[in-house]
Amino acid sequence: MPDTSFQGRIWVLANAEGALIEDIDTDQIYHNAFLHITDIDGMGRYALGNLEGWKDFPDRARPGDILIAGRNFGAGSSRQQAVDCFKALKTGMILAPSFGAIYFRNAVNSAFPVLTGPDLKARVDRGELRSGDELAIDVRTGVSRNLTRDMSFSLTPMSEVQFGVWRAGGLFSYARNTEG
Amino acid sequence: MGRTIIEKIIQSRCEGESRPGDIVWMNLDVRSARDFGGPNVVKNYQREYGEDPPDDPGKTFFTFDLCVPACSLRYADNQQVCRTFARRHGIRVFDVDEGIGSHVMIEQGLAAPGTTVVGTDSHLNILGAAGSFGQGMGDVDITFAFRTGRTWFQVPETLRVEVSGSPGSGFSAKDLTLAILRRLGTRRAALRAVEFYGEPVRRLSPAGRITLCSMVTEMAGIIGFVPECDDTAAREMEIWTGAPFRHPRADADAEYAETVKVDIEGLGPLVSEPFLPTNVRPASELRDVRIDSGFIGSCTNGRVEDFRAAARVLKGRRVKPGVMLKAVPATRRVFGEMLREGILDELFSAGAIVSNPGCGGCAEGHIGLTGKGEVQISTGNRNFEGKQGKGRNYLAGPEIVAASCVAGRIALPEEV
Repeated sequence: MPDTSFQGRIWVLANAEGALIEDIDTDQIYHNAFLHITDIDGMGRYALGNLEGWKDFPDRARPGDILIAGRNFGAGSSRQQAVDCFKALKTGMILAPSFGAIYFRNAVNSAFPVLTGPDLKARVDRGELRSGDELAIDVRTGVSRNLTRDMSFSLTPMSEVQFGVWRAGGLFSYARNTEG
Repeated sequence: MGRTIIEKIIQSRCEGESRPGDIVWMNLDVRSARDFGGPNVVKNYQREYGEDPPDDPGKTFFTFDLCVPACSLRYADNQQVCRTFARRHGIRVFDVDEGIGSHVMIEQGLAAPGTTVVGTDSHLNILGAAGSFGQGMGDVDITFAFRTGRTWFQVPETLRVEVSGSPGSGFSAKDLTLAILRRLGTRRAALRAVEFYGEPVRRLSPAGRITLCSMVTEMAGIIGFVPECDDTAAREMEIWTGAPFRHPRADADAEYAETVKVDIEGLGPLVSEPFLPTNVRPASELRDVRIDSGFIGSCTNGRVEDFRAAARVLKGRRVKPGVMLKAVPATRRVFGEMLREGILDELFSAGAIVSNPGCGGCAEGHIGLTGKGEVQISTGNRNFEGKQGKGRNYLAGPEIVAASCVAGRIALPEEV
Protein backbone atom coordinates (compact mmCIF):
# COMPACT_ATOMS: atom_id res chain seq x y z
CA MET A 1 0.00 0.00 0.00
CA PRO A 2 1.31 3.44 -0.85
CA ASP A 3 1.45 6.15 1.75
CA THR A 4 -1.96 7.83 1.63
CA SER A 5 -0.96 10.87 3.66
CA PHE A 6 0.04 14.13 2.07
CA GLN A 7 1.64 17.10 3.75
CA GLY A 8 2.19 20.43 2.11
CA ARG A 9 1.93 24.15 2.13
CA ILE A 10 -1.32 25.59 0.78
CA TRP A 11 -2.11 28.21 -1.80
CA VAL A 12 -5.63 29.59 -1.50
CA LEU A 13 -6.66 30.60 -5.03
CA ALA A 14 -8.34 33.81 -3.93
CA ASN A 15 -9.02 37.14 -5.64
CA ALA A 16 -7.84 40.56 -4.42
CA GLU A 17 -10.70 40.59 -1.85
CA GLY A 18 -9.59 37.26 -0.40
CA ALA A 19 -12.55 35.24 -1.73
CA LEU A 20 -12.03 31.87 -3.45
CA ILE A 21 -12.13 32.33 -7.22
CA GLU A 22 -14.96 30.26 -8.73
CA ASP A 23 -15.41 28.83 -12.24
CA ILE A 24 -11.70 28.93 -13.13
CA ASP A 25 -11.76 27.48 -16.64
CA THR A 26 -9.15 25.40 -18.40
CA ASP A 27 -8.11 28.35 -20.54
CA GLN A 28 -7.16 30.27 -17.38
CA ILE A 29 -5.34 27.23 -16.02
CA TYR A 30 -3.48 26.45 -19.22
CA HIS A 31 -3.87 28.83 -22.13
CA ASN A 32 -4.67 27.42 -25.57
CA ALA A 33 -1.61 29.21 -26.99
CA PHE A 34 0.54 26.45 -25.46
CA LEU A 35 -1.49 23.41 -26.49
CA HIS A 36 1.18 22.43 -29.03
CA ILE A 37 3.59 21.50 -26.19
CA THR A 38 3.59 17.72 -25.86
CA ASP A 39 6.33 17.23 -23.25
CA ILE A 40 4.75 17.33 -19.77
CA ASP A 41 7.85 18.83 -18.16
CA GLY A 42 7.52 21.82 -20.46
CA MET A 43 3.98 22.60 -19.30
CA GLY A 44 4.68 23.58 -15.67
CA ARG A 45 5.76 27.12 -16.40
CA TYR A 46 2.34 27.94 -17.91
CA ALA A 47 0.23 26.71 -14.95
CA LEU A 48 -2.35 29.38 -14.01
CA GLY A 49 -0.60 31.55 -16.61
CA ASN A 50 -3.87 33.12 -17.72
CA LEU A 51 -5.41 33.70 -14.26
CA GLU A 52 -5.29 37.31 -13.12
CA GLY A 53 -3.15 37.69 -9.99
CA TRP A 54 -1.63 34.20 -10.23
CA LYS A 55 0.59 34.38 -13.30
CA ASP A 56 3.77 34.03 -11.21
CA PHE A 57 2.50 30.85 -9.54
CA PRO A 58 4.99 28.52 -11.31
CA ASP A 59 7.91 30.58 -9.95
CA ARG A 60 6.60 30.49 -6.39
CA ALA A 61 5.27 26.93 -6.24
CA ARG A 62 7.22 24.15 -4.56
CA PRO A 63 6.79 20.41 -5.07
CA GLY A 64 4.11 19.05 -2.76
CA ASP A 65 2.17 22.31 -2.50
CA ILE A 66 -1.59 22.00 -2.13
CA LEU A 67 -3.97 24.26 -4.07
CA ILE A 68 -7.39 25.25 -2.73
CA ALA A 69 -9.73 26.53 -5.43
CA GLY A 70 -13.33 27.74 -5.66
CA ARG A 71 -16.28 25.75 -7.00
CA ASN A 72 -16.27 24.36 -10.56
CA PHE A 73 -12.49 24.37 -10.88
CA GLY A 74 -11.46 23.30 -14.38
CA ALA A 75 -14.68 24.24 -16.16
CA GLY A 76 -14.72 24.28 -19.94
CA SER A 77 -12.67 22.32 -22.43
CA SER A 78 -11.44 18.76 -22.05
CA ARG A 79 -7.72 19.58 -22.37
CA GLN A 80 -5.53 17.22 -20.38
CA GLN A 81 -2.78 19.88 -20.19
CA ALA A 82 -4.77 21.72 -17.50
CA VAL A 83 -4.03 18.75 -15.24
CA ASP A 84 -0.57 17.91 -16.58
CA CYS A 85 0.81 21.41 -15.88
CA PHE A 86 0.36 20.78 -12.14
CA LYS A 87 1.90 17.33 -12.41
CA ALA A 88 4.89 19.00 -14.07
CA LEU A 89 5.26 21.32 -11.05
CA LYS A 90 4.91 18.25 -8.78
CA THR A 91 1.96 19.96 -7.09
CA GLY A 92 0.67 17.65 -4.35
CA MET A 93 -3.05 17.95 -4.91
CA ILE A 94 -5.95 20.30 -5.57
CA LEU A 95 -8.89 20.77 -3.20
CA ALA A 96 -12.13 22.48 -4.23
CA PRO A 97 -15.84 22.47 -3.35
CA SER A 98 -16.40 21.00 -6.86
CA PHE A 99 -14.60 20.42 -10.14
CA GLY A 100 -15.67 20.56 -13.79
CA ALA A 101 -16.88 17.05 -14.70
CA ILE A 102 -14.32 16.36 -17.42
CA TYR A 103 -11.48 18.01 -15.45
CA PHE A 104 -12.18 15.70 -12.53
CA ARG A 105 -12.15 12.64 -14.83
CA ASN A 106 -8.89 13.74 -16.46
CA ALA A 107 -7.23 14.24 -13.06
CA VAL A 108 -8.38 10.87 -11.76
CA ASN A 109 -7.35 9.08 -14.97
CA SER A 110 -3.83 10.51 -14.78
CA ALA A 111 -3.47 9.72 -11.06
CA PHE A 112 -3.36 13.35 -9.95
CA PRO A 113 -5.10 13.71 -6.55
CA VAL A 114 -8.14 15.97 -6.51
CA LEU A 115 -10.43 16.03 -3.48
CA THR A 116 -13.67 17.85 -2.79
CA GLY A 117 -14.66 19.45 0.48
CA PRO A 118 -18.13 20.97 0.76
CA ASP A 119 -17.17 23.37 3.57
CA LEU A 120 -13.85 24.56 2.11
CA LYS A 121 -15.33 27.92 1.15
CA ALA A 122 -16.69 28.52 4.65
CA ARG A 123 -13.33 27.60 6.19
CA VAL A 124 -11.48 29.96 3.85
CA ASP A 125 -14.02 32.71 4.59
CA ARG A 126 -13.49 32.20 8.35
CA GLY A 127 -9.72 32.41 7.93
CA GLU A 128 -9.18 28.79 8.96
CA LEU A 129 -7.28 28.04 5.75
CA ARG A 130 -4.79 30.64 4.58
CA SER A 131 -2.03 30.62 1.99
CA GLY A 132 1.17 29.39 3.59
CA ASP A 133 -0.53 27.17 6.20
CA GLU A 134 0.81 23.62 6.43
CA LEU A 135 -1.81 20.87 5.90
CA ALA A 136 -1.74 17.13 6.47
CA ILE A 137 -4.33 15.15 4.49
CA ASP A 138 -5.11 11.46 4.26
CA VAL A 139 -6.65 10.88 0.83
CA ARG A 140 -8.12 7.53 1.88
CA THR A 141 -10.04 8.78 4.89
CA GLY A 142 -10.36 12.50 4.15
CA VAL A 143 -9.10 13.26 7.67
CA SER A 144 -7.24 16.55 7.44
CA ARG A 145 -5.41 18.81 9.79
CA ASN A 146 -4.20 22.39 9.53
CA LEU A 147 -0.89 21.99 11.37
CA THR A 148 -0.25 25.74 11.40
CA ARG A 149 -3.53 26.53 13.20
CA ASP A 150 -3.92 23.22 14.98
CA MET A 151 -7.42 22.61 13.58
CA SER A 152 -8.92 19.42 12.16
CA PHE A 153 -11.40 19.16 9.34
CA SER A 154 -12.57 16.56 6.88
CA LEU A 155 -12.61 16.27 3.13
CA THR A 156 -14.58 13.82 1.00
CA PRO A 157 -12.22 10.84 0.81
CA MET A 158 -11.20 9.28 -2.49
CA SER A 159 -13.73 6.75 -3.75
CA GLU A 160 -12.63 3.14 -4.30
CA VAL A 161 -12.24 3.81 -8.00
CA GLN A 162 -10.30 7.04 -7.69
CA PHE A 163 -8.10 5.43 -5.06
CA GLY A 164 -7.49 2.36 -7.23
CA VAL A 165 -6.57 4.39 -10.30
CA TRP A 166 -4.37 6.71 -8.23
CA ARG A 167 -2.59 3.78 -6.57
CA ALA A 168 -1.98 2.11 -9.95
CA GLY A 169 -0.53 5.32 -11.37
CA GLY A 170 -3.22 5.97 -13.97
CA LEU A 171 -6.18 4.47 -15.78
CA PHE A 172 -4.21 2.33 -18.24
CA SER A 173 -1.97 0.79 -15.56
CA TYR A 174 -5.05 0.27 -13.44
CA ALA A 175 -6.70 -1.53 -16.36
CA ARG A 176 -3.68 -3.77 -16.87
CA ASN A 177 -3.69 -4.71 -13.19
CA THR A 178 -7.39 -5.47 -13.01
CA GLU A 179 -7.65 -7.21 -16.40
CA GLY A 180 -4.93 -9.59 -15.25
CA MET B 1 -35.66 5.46 -1.02
CA GLY B 2 -36.63 5.70 -4.68
CA ARG B 3 -34.39 6.49 -7.60
CA THR B 4 -34.36 9.09 -10.36
CA ILE B 5 -33.89 7.99 -13.98
CA ILE B 6 -30.12 8.41 -14.08
CA GLU B 7 -29.82 6.57 -10.76
CA LYS B 8 -31.88 3.70 -12.19
CA ILE B 9 -29.90 3.42 -15.42
CA ILE B 10 -26.54 3.46 -13.64
CA GLN B 11 -27.76 1.02 -11.00
CA SER B 12 -28.81 -1.38 -13.77
CA ARG B 13 -25.30 -1.32 -15.24
CA CYS B 14 -23.15 -1.63 -12.12
CA GLU B 15 -22.59 -4.04 -9.27
CA GLY B 16 -23.60 -3.25 -5.72
CA GLU B 17 -25.69 -0.41 -4.44
CA SER B 18 -25.13 3.05 -5.91
CA ARG B 19 -26.38 6.42 -4.77
CA PRO B 20 -25.71 10.02 -5.92
CA GLY B 21 -22.12 10.97 -5.19
CA ASP B 22 -20.84 7.38 -5.38
CA ILE B 23 -18.29 6.54 -8.04
CA VAL B 24 -19.08 3.21 -9.68
CA TRP B 25 -17.84 1.02 -12.52
CA MET B 26 -20.51 1.10 -15.16
CA ASN B 27 -20.93 -1.43 -17.98
CA LEU B 28 -21.36 0.16 -21.38
CA ASP B 29 -23.83 -0.94 -24.04
CA VAL B 30 -22.12 1.14 -26.74
CA ARG B 31 -18.72 2.84 -27.05
CA SER B 32 -17.95 5.03 -30.01
CA ALA B 33 -15.45 7.48 -31.45
CA ARG B 34 -15.75 10.08 -34.18
CA ASP B 35 -13.37 11.45 -36.75
CA PHE B 36 -12.59 13.98 -33.98
CA GLY B 37 -10.93 12.12 -31.10
CA GLY B 38 -11.10 8.76 -32.91
CA PRO B 39 -7.52 8.87 -34.24
CA ASN B 40 -6.25 9.61 -30.70
CA VAL B 41 -8.24 6.64 -29.44
CA VAL B 42 -6.57 4.41 -32.05
CA LYS B 43 -3.12 5.79 -31.13
CA ASN B 44 -3.69 5.28 -27.39
CA TYR B 45 -5.13 1.84 -28.00
CA GLN B 46 -2.19 0.59 -30.06
CA ARG B 47 0.30 2.01 -27.55
CA GLU B 48 -1.42 0.50 -24.50
CA TYR B 49 -2.94 -2.70 -25.86
CA GLY B 50 -1.08 -3.51 -29.09
CA GLU B 51 -3.05 -6.06 -31.10
CA ASP B 52 -5.38 -7.09 -28.25
CA PRO B 53 -9.00 -7.17 -29.40
CA PRO B 54 -11.60 -4.72 -28.09
CA ASP B 55 -13.91 -6.07 -25.38
CA ASP B 56 -16.81 -6.46 -27.81
CA PRO B 57 -16.39 -5.24 -31.42
CA GLY B 58 -20.15 -5.61 -31.90
CA LYS B 59 -20.77 -2.87 -29.34
CA THR B 60 -17.96 -0.64 -30.62
CA PHE B 61 -18.44 1.91 -33.42
CA PHE B 62 -16.82 4.72 -35.31
CA THR B 63 -19.05 7.53 -36.54
CA PHE B 64 -17.65 10.09 -38.98
CA ASP B 65 -19.59 13.32 -38.91
CA LEU B 66 -17.41 16.34 -38.26
CA CYS B 67 -15.77 16.82 -41.63
CA VAL B 68 -17.54 14.61 -44.19
CA PRO B 69 -16.36 13.73 -46.72
CA ALA B 70 -12.98 14.94 -45.49
CA CYS B 71 -12.33 18.49 -46.69
CA SER B 72 -8.78 18.61 -45.33
CA LEU B 73 -5.91 16.17 -45.65
CA ARG B 74 -5.72 15.94 -41.86
CA TYR B 75 -9.29 14.68 -41.59
CA ALA B 76 -8.83 12.34 -44.57
CA ASP B 77 -5.81 10.78 -42.84
CA ASN B 78 -7.57 10.60 -39.49
CA GLN B 79 -10.64 8.90 -40.95
CA GLN B 80 -8.46 6.37 -42.74
CA VAL B 81 -6.58 5.61 -39.48
CA CYS B 82 -9.94 4.76 -37.88
CA ARG B 83 -11.15 2.69 -40.86
CA THR B 84 -7.99 0.61 -40.90
CA PHE B 85 -8.21 -0.06 -37.16
CA ALA B 86 -11.92 -0.88 -37.53
CA ARG B 87 -11.30 -3.43 -40.31
CA ARG B 88 -8.61 -5.16 -38.28
CA HIS B 89 -10.88 -5.57 -35.27
CA GLY B 90 -14.25 -6.06 -36.98
CA ILE B 91 -15.69 -2.75 -35.78
CA ARG B 92 -18.53 -1.18 -37.74
CA VAL B 93 -17.94 2.28 -39.18
CA PHE B 94 -20.82 4.65 -39.85
CA ASP B 95 -18.83 6.36 -42.56
CA VAL B 96 -18.85 9.84 -44.13
CA ASP B 97 -22.20 9.25 -45.86
CA GLU B 98 -24.26 8.47 -42.73
CA GLY B 99 -24.53 11.76 -40.82
CA ILE B 100 -24.21 12.83 -37.19
CA GLY B 101 -23.14 9.88 -35.04
CA SER B 102 -25.45 10.59 -32.09
CA HIS B 103 -28.47 10.81 -34.42
CA VAL B 104 -27.44 7.67 -36.30
CA MET B 105 -27.18 5.81 -32.98
CA ILE B 106 -30.73 6.90 -32.08
CA GLU B 107 -32.11 5.94 -35.53
CA GLN B 108 -30.34 2.56 -35.45
CA GLY B 109 -31.78 1.77 -32.03
CA LEU B 110 -28.28 1.53 -30.53
CA ALA B 111 -29.10 4.29 -28.06
CA ALA B 112 -32.18 2.45 -26.83
CA PRO B 113 -34.06 3.50 -23.67
CA GLY B 114 -32.10 2.56 -20.54
CA THR B 115 -28.77 1.95 -22.32
CA THR B 116 -25.35 3.45 -21.53
CA VAL B 117 -23.35 4.96 -24.41
CA VAL B 118 -20.03 6.84 -24.46
CA GLY B 119 -18.16 8.57 -27.26
CA THR B 120 -15.86 11.44 -28.14
CA ASP B 121 -18.71 13.87 -28.82
CA SER B 122 -19.31 16.44 -26.07
CA HIS B 123 -22.96 16.58 -27.15
CA LEU B 124 -23.46 12.81 -26.80
CA ASN B 125 -25.84 13.51 -23.91
CA ILE B 126 -28.28 14.28 -26.73
CA LEU B 127 -29.11 10.56 -26.42
CA GLY B 128 -31.16 11.49 -23.35
CA ALA B 129 -33.85 12.35 -25.93
CA ALA B 130 -34.17 8.59 -26.54
CA GLY B 131 -33.97 7.69 -22.84
CA SER B 132 -30.36 6.56 -23.19
CA PHE B 133 -27.54 7.70 -20.91
CA GLY B 134 -25.07 9.13 -23.43
CA GLN B 135 -21.89 10.80 -22.30
CA GLY B 136 -19.06 12.52 -24.12
CA MET B 137 -15.55 11.81 -22.83
CA GLY B 138 -11.89 12.37 -23.66
CA ASP B 139 -9.81 9.99 -25.75
CA VAL B 140 -8.17 8.25 -22.74
CA ASP B 141 -11.58 7.33 -21.35
CA ILE B 142 -12.83 6.10 -24.72
CA THR B 143 -9.68 4.03 -25.32
CA PHE B 144 -10.28 2.35 -21.99
CA ALA B 145 -13.95 1.80 -22.87
CA PHE B 146 -13.03 0.18 -26.21
CA ARG B 147 -10.75 -2.31 -24.45
CA THR B 148 -12.81 -3.08 -21.33
CA GLY B 149 -16.43 -2.20 -22.08
CA ARG B 150 -16.56 -0.28 -18.84
CA THR B 151 -16.08 3.19 -17.48
CA TRP B 152 -16.12 4.73 -14.02
CA PHE B 153 -18.76 7.31 -13.29
CA GLN B 154 -19.86 9.43 -10.37
CA VAL B 155 -23.63 9.06 -9.96
CA PRO B 156 -25.01 12.58 -10.37
CA GLU B 157 -27.86 14.04 -8.37
CA THR B 158 -30.93 15.10 -10.34
CA LEU B 159 -32.53 18.46 -11.01
CA ARG B 160 -36.26 18.40 -11.70
CA VAL B 161 -37.50 21.04 -14.14
CA GLU B 162 -41.25 21.64 -14.41
CA VAL B 163 -42.35 23.62 -17.44
CA SER B 164 -45.80 25.17 -17.68
CA GLY B 165 -47.76 27.80 -19.58
CA SER B 166 -49.04 28.38 -23.11
CA PRO B 167 -46.52 30.18 -25.30
CA GLY B 168 -47.40 32.76 -27.94
CA SER B 169 -47.46 31.99 -31.67
CA GLY B 170 -44.40 30.73 -33.53
CA PHE B 171 -42.78 29.29 -30.38
CA SER B 172 -40.65 26.31 -31.44
CA ALA B 173 -38.82 23.53 -29.57
CA LYS B 174 -35.68 25.66 -29.90
CA ASP B 175 -37.45 28.59 -28.22
CA LEU B 176 -38.57 26.29 -25.40
CA THR B 177 -34.97 25.13 -25.05
CA LEU B 178 -33.61 28.68 -24.97
CA ALA B 179 -36.26 29.70 -22.44
CA ILE B 180 -35.17 26.86 -20.13
CA LEU B 181 -31.49 27.68 -20.72
CA ARG B 182 -32.14 31.32 -19.81
CA ARG B 183 -33.81 30.21 -16.57
CA LEU B 184 -31.21 27.59 -15.56
CA GLY B 185 -28.06 29.37 -16.76
CA THR B 186 -24.94 27.26 -16.36
CA ARG B 187 -25.18 26.68 -12.59
CA ARG B 188 -28.49 25.08 -11.70
CA ALA B 189 -27.86 22.01 -13.87
CA ALA B 190 -24.07 21.84 -13.35
CA LEU B 191 -22.84 18.26 -12.71
CA ARG B 192 -26.47 17.15 -12.43
CA ALA B 193 -28.82 15.03 -14.48
CA VAL B 194 -32.00 16.87 -15.45
CA GLU B 195 -35.53 15.53 -15.78
CA PHE B 196 -37.93 17.77 -17.72
CA TYR B 197 -41.65 17.56 -16.94
CA GLY B 198 -44.82 19.47 -17.86
CA GLU B 199 -47.22 19.60 -20.81
CA PRO B 200 -45.00 21.71 -23.13
CA VAL B 201 -42.19 19.13 -22.97
CA ARG B 202 -44.49 16.08 -22.96
CA ARG B 203 -45.88 17.28 -26.30
CA LEU B 204 -42.44 17.53 -27.95
CA SER B 205 -41.84 15.42 -31.07
CA PRO B 206 -38.68 13.27 -31.20
CA ALA B 207 -36.97 16.12 -33.06
CA GLY B 208 -38.03 18.57 -30.34
CA ARG B 209 -36.81 16.20 -27.62
CA ILE B 210 -33.44 16.10 -29.39
CA THR B 211 -33.29 19.91 -29.56
CA LEU B 212 -33.95 20.23 -25.83
CA CYS B 213 -31.66 17.42 -24.68
CA SER B 214 -28.79 18.52 -26.92
CA MET B 215 -28.55 21.85 -25.12
CA VAL B 216 -28.27 20.30 -21.66
CA THR B 217 -24.56 20.51 -22.52
CA GLU B 218 -24.87 24.31 -22.67
CA MET B 219 -26.69 24.17 -19.31
CA ALA B 220 -23.52 22.40 -17.99
CA GLY B 221 -25.66 19.35 -17.13
CA ILE B 222 -24.58 15.71 -17.34
CA ILE B 223 -27.68 14.47 -19.18
CA GLY B 224 -31.30 15.52 -19.72
CA PHE B 225 -34.35 13.25 -19.93
CA VAL B 226 -37.92 13.90 -21.06
CA PRO B 227 -39.63 10.92 -19.37
CA GLU B 228 -43.17 11.63 -20.56
CA CYS B 229 -44.02 11.46 -24.20
CA ASP B 230 -47.28 11.60 -26.16
CA ASP B 231 -48.35 8.68 -28.39
CA THR B 232 -47.52 10.41 -31.68
CA ALA B 233 -43.94 11.05 -30.59
CA ALA B 234 -43.55 7.50 -29.26
CA ARG B 235 -44.82 6.07 -32.57
CA GLU B 236 -42.41 8.23 -34.56
CA MET B 237 -39.53 7.08 -32.39
CA GLU B 238 -40.63 3.46 -32.98
CA ILE B 239 -40.69 4.02 -36.75
CA TRP B 240 -37.09 5.31 -36.57
CA THR B 241 -35.75 2.46 -34.49
CA GLY B 242 -38.11 -0.44 -35.23
CA ALA B 243 -38.37 -1.16 -31.50
CA PRO B 244 -40.88 -0.24 -28.78
CA PHE B 245 -40.15 3.12 -27.13
CA ARG B 246 -40.48 2.75 -23.38
CA HIS B 247 -38.70 5.54 -21.57
CA PRO B 248 -37.39 4.74 -18.07
CA ARG B 249 -39.42 6.36 -15.30
CA ALA B 250 -38.29 7.79 -11.99
CA ASP B 251 -39.70 6.23 -8.84
CA ALA B 252 -42.54 8.17 -7.22
CA ASP B 253 -40.41 8.67 -4.12
CA ALA B 254 -37.21 9.59 -5.99
CA GLU B 255 -35.25 12.39 -4.38
CA TYR B 256 -34.35 15.49 -6.38
CA ALA B 257 -31.58 17.93 -5.50
CA GLU B 258 -33.81 20.81 -6.49
CA THR B 259 -36.98 21.60 -8.44
CA VAL B 260 -37.09 24.58 -10.78
CA LYS B 261 -40.29 25.85 -12.41
CA VAL B 262 -40.15 27.46 -15.84
CA ASP B 263 -43.14 29.45 -17.06
CA ILE B 264 -43.36 29.99 -20.83
CA GLU B 265 -46.75 31.74 -20.77
CA GLY B 266 -47.04 34.13 -23.72
CA LEU B 267 -43.39 33.81 -24.80
CA GLY B 268 -42.46 34.40 -28.44
CA PRO B 269 -39.41 33.30 -30.46
CA LEU B 270 -36.03 33.71 -28.76
CA VAL B 271 -32.47 34.28 -29.96
CA SER B 272 -29.09 33.84 -28.22
CA GLU B 273 -26.66 36.66 -28.86
CA PRO B 274 -22.92 36.07 -29.26
CA PHE B 275 -20.82 34.84 -27.54
CA LEU B 276 -22.75 32.83 -24.95
CA PRO B 277 -25.75 30.52 -25.49
CA THR B 278 -27.21 31.87 -22.23
CA ASN B 279 -27.43 35.43 -23.72
CA VAL B 280 -31.09 34.81 -24.59
CA ARG B 281 -33.33 37.68 -25.77
CA PRO B 282 -36.69 37.94 -27.52
CA ALA B 283 -36.14 37.81 -31.31
CA SER B 284 -38.40 40.86 -31.62
CA GLU B 285 -35.81 42.99 -29.79
CA LEU B 286 -33.04 42.10 -32.26
CA ARG B 287 -34.75 43.09 -35.50
CA ASP B 288 -32.12 45.66 -36.41
CA VAL B 289 -29.31 43.05 -36.48
CA ARG B 290 -28.20 42.67 -40.09
CA ILE B 291 -27.04 39.17 -41.11
CA ASP B 292 -24.75 37.83 -43.82
CA SER B 293 -25.55 34.15 -43.57
CA GLY B 294 -27.81 31.54 -42.05
CA PHE B 295 -27.27 27.91 -41.08
CA ILE B 296 -29.97 25.28 -40.55
CA GLY B 297 -28.83 21.92 -39.21
CA SER B 298 -26.51 20.56 -36.47
CA CYS B 299 -27.21 17.91 -33.83
CA THR B 300 -29.65 20.40 -32.25
CA ASN B 301 -31.92 21.24 -35.23
CA GLY B 302 -31.09 18.91 -38.11
CA ARG B 303 -34.23 16.73 -38.35
CA VAL B 304 -36.73 16.76 -41.24
CA GLU B 305 -39.22 18.63 -39.05
CA ASP B 306 -36.71 21.51 -38.75
CA PHE B 307 -36.29 21.73 -42.53
CA ARG B 308 -40.04 21.39 -43.02
CA ALA B 309 -40.52 24.41 -40.74
CA ALA B 310 -37.90 26.39 -42.64
CA ALA B 311 -39.41 25.40 -46.01
CA ARG B 312 -42.83 26.66 -44.87
CA VAL B 313 -41.33 30.09 -44.28
CA LEU B 314 -39.31 30.04 -47.52
CA LYS B 315 -42.10 28.77 -49.81
CA GLY B 316 -42.61 31.26 -52.63
CA ARG B 317 -39.85 33.51 -51.27
CA ARG B 318 -36.17 33.99 -52.01
CA VAL B 319 -33.15 34.35 -49.78
CA LYS B 320 -32.11 38.00 -50.01
CA PRO B 321 -29.37 38.61 -52.61
CA GLY B 322 -26.00 38.73 -50.87
CA VAL B 323 -27.20 36.49 -48.04
CA MET B 324 -26.18 32.82 -47.93
CA LEU B 325 -28.41 30.14 -46.40
CA LYS B 326 -26.75 26.79 -45.68
CA ALA B 327 -28.80 23.68 -44.88
CA VAL B 328 -27.26 20.43 -43.61
CA PRO B 329 -29.49 17.44 -42.76
CA ALA B 330 -28.42 15.55 -39.63
CA THR B 331 -28.47 12.10 -41.27
CA ARG B 332 -28.90 10.22 -44.51
CA ARG B 333 -32.38 9.25 -43.36
CA VAL B 334 -33.30 12.94 -42.96
CA PHE B 335 -31.87 13.70 -46.40
CA GLY B 336 -34.11 10.98 -47.90
CA GLU B 337 -37.17 12.38 -46.11
CA MET B 338 -36.39 15.87 -47.43
CA LEU B 339 -36.01 14.48 -50.95
CA ARG B 340 -39.29 12.58 -50.89
CA GLU B 341 -41.31 15.38 -49.28
CA GLY B 342 -40.14 17.96 -51.80
CA ILE B 343 -38.31 19.98 -49.14
CA LEU B 344 -35.05 19.86 -51.08
CA ASP B 345 -36.85 21.43 -54.03
CA GLU B 346 -38.34 24.17 -51.86
CA LEU B 347 -35.01 25.00 -50.23
CA PHE B 348 -33.25 24.95 -53.60
CA SER B 349 -35.87 27.18 -55.19
CA ALA B 350 -35.54 29.67 -52.34
CA GLY B 351 -31.80 29.91 -53.03
CA ALA B 352 -30.42 27.79 -50.18
CA ILE B 353 -27.28 25.65 -50.38
CA VAL B 354 -28.12 22.09 -49.32
CA SER B 355 -25.31 19.68 -48.55
CA ASN B 356 -24.88 16.02 -47.71
CA PRO B 357 -25.59 15.07 -44.07
CA GLY B 358 -23.23 15.65 -41.14
CA CYS B 359 -22.41 18.20 -38.46
CA GLY B 360 -21.70 20.87 -41.04
CA GLY B 361 -21.45 24.04 -39.05
CA CYS B 362 -19.17 23.48 -36.05
CA ALA B 363 -15.38 23.26 -35.88
CA GLU B 364 -14.16 22.52 -39.43
CA GLY B 365 -17.48 21.33 -40.76
CA HIS B 366 -17.84 20.68 -44.48
CA ILE B 367 -20.42 23.41 -45.21
CA GLY B 368 -17.89 26.17 -44.55
CA LEU B 369 -17.04 28.62 -41.78
CA THR B 370 -17.78 32.27 -41.09
CA GLY B 371 -15.17 34.93 -41.83
CA LYS B 372 -14.08 37.83 -39.64
CA GLY B 373 -16.87 40.40 -39.45
CA GLU B 374 -19.51 38.00 -40.82
CA VAL B 375 -22.78 37.80 -38.91
CA GLN B 376 -24.52 34.43 -39.01
CA ILE B 377 -27.79 33.22 -37.55
CA SER B 378 -27.70 29.48 -36.85
CA THR B 379 -29.85 26.69 -35.46
CA GLY B 380 -26.74 25.27 -33.71
CA ASN B 381 -26.13 25.01 -30.00
CA ARG B 382 -23.00 27.07 -29.34
CA ASN B 383 -22.09 30.63 -30.27
CA PHE B 384 -18.75 30.85 -28.46
CA GLU B 385 -16.13 33.01 -30.12
CA GLY B 386 -14.40 30.95 -32.80
CA LYS B 387 -16.85 28.05 -32.68
CA GLN B 388 -18.05 28.40 -36.28
CA GLY B 389 -15.27 30.49 -37.74
CA LYS B 390 -14.38 34.07 -36.88
CA GLY B 391 -17.82 35.59 -37.31
CA ARG B 392 -20.49 36.54 -34.80
CA ASN B 393 -23.05 33.80 -34.38
CA TYR B 394 -26.67 34.15 -33.21
CA LEU B 395 -28.66 31.05 -32.22
CA ALA B 396 -32.34 30.57 -33.08
CA GLY B 397 -34.92 28.09 -34.33
CA PRO B 398 -35.24 27.17 -38.05
CA GLU B 399 -38.22 29.46 -38.76
CA ILE B 400 -36.34 32.50 -37.47
CA VAL B 401 -33.21 31.57 -39.42
CA ALA B 402 -35.24 31.14 -42.63
CA ALA B 403 -37.13 34.43 -42.15
CA SER B 404 -33.90 36.26 -41.32
CA CYS B 405 -32.26 35.03 -44.53
CA VAL B 406 -35.19 36.41 -46.55
CA ALA B 407 -35.10 39.75 -44.72
CA GLY B 408 -31.32 40.10 -44.48
CA ARG B 409 -31.72 40.88 -40.78
CA ILE B 410 -33.08 39.04 -37.76
CA ALA B 411 -36.78 38.68 -38.53
CA LEU B 412 -39.92 36.83 -37.48
CA PRO B 413 -41.72 34.67 -40.09
CA GLU B 414 -44.76 36.98 -40.14
CA GLU B 415 -42.57 39.89 -41.27
CA VAL B 416 -41.49 38.32 -44.58
